[in-house]
Amino acid sequence: MLYWQIFLAFFIPGILGYGGGPASIPLVENEVVDRYEWMSTEEFSEVLALGNALPGPIATKMAGYIGFEQAGWLGAFVGVFATIAPSLLLMIVLLKVLMKYKDSEKVKRMTITVRPAIAVLLGVMAYQFFISSYEGSGAIQTVALLAASYLFLEKLKIHPAFVIMGALVYGGVFL
Amino acid sequence: MVTEGRVKTTQEETKPKRQNKQIALFLAFFRVGIFGYGGGPSSIPLVHKEVVEHYKWFTDDEFGDLLALGNTLPGPIATKLAGYIGYRVAGITGMVNAVLATILPSILAMIALLTTLSMYKDKPWVQGMTKAVVPVVGFMLAQLTWQFTKKSKQGLGWGQAILFIGLSWILMEVLHIHPGIIIALLLLYAVFGGKRRREET
Repeated sequence: MLYWQIFLAFFIPGILGYGGGPASIPLVENEVVDRYEWMSTEEFSEVLALGNALPGPIATKMAGYIGFEQAGWLGAFVGVFATIAPSLLLMIVLLKVLMKYKDSEKVKRMTITVRPAIAVLLGVMAYQFFISSYEGSGAIQTVALLAASYLFLEKLKIHPAFVIMGALVYGGVFL
Repeated sequence: MVTEGRVKTTQEETKPKRQNKQIALFLAFFRVGIFGYGGGPSSIPLVHKEVVEHYKWFTDDEFGDLLALGNTLPGPIATKLAGYIGYRVAGITGMVNAVLATILPSILAMIALLTTLSMYKDKPWVQGMTKAVVPVVGFMLAQLTWQFTKKSKQGLGWGQAILFIGLSWILMEVLHIHPGIIIALLLLYAVFGGKRRREET
């Protein structure tokens, strides 16, 4: 039952993939390459490279494409559904409970206490992006792009979408 | 754009608002999906911009809660945020709508590209495009980091804020403990640590 296999191949990484999309990629590879042998490691890394060049979450791109490859549009749907549905439903249920007690002292305190961890989480992500930019395009380009980001986002308050578009054009031409 | 009114009066009044919300949701997350280069984390600042600053569906605090909880659960963060926000703004339809808007454009692009030709990925200009976006996303994440640092101070005072930030950083980066566990610990502290304080006063 191919659809069931596709569901399992993406359901398991979706459930175990802690840390968002990129974390689940090795797990997807394990299912797709080793267990079901739908593609070779080579093919998988090619799909991954292309996927990374496109915008949007990587896990759903992989699931959509591999599902489509194996079993057409329905396969694509099954793969994507298996990737996102379990965690999404869990999140809705948990947050519903949280919202119910929104005005209780404890929940308010939870919100306050969790902020430092969120700050660190975001800070670490920012740092990772800086490092990978430094490794990918060198210090000068990175600093120049950061300065431009500061100017457009912080000082001129331009919508991030336009800033990202500008960066895409800049990168396509100069990098 | 979208009014904050929660009170449903007549059907005539809520219906166009509903449709408006669906369109707004779709547009917000379509933008997130199109400009979210570099996987899930890069879409977080974009979601924040749309949901908190532009449409004002959520406050900064609520967004922080979402992010905290979203990060403790498995699966891609972008779709979790989109799904939950869509659900809160406009029910199940909103949820499906926001998730589809986030993922569909990129999946269609991927299938189209791969089924026609996969030669572009080695083209220097494609790689250049991807590279240039990285520091911009980094900067947006840094902006959010600063916001949450300031908010930490507001809620906890400098002492505790710095203590918790330092602790979180050591646990996360030095000991490589999963963020989900750290968030869970902080939540437990909030519930039980708070109890004790209330008994004392």
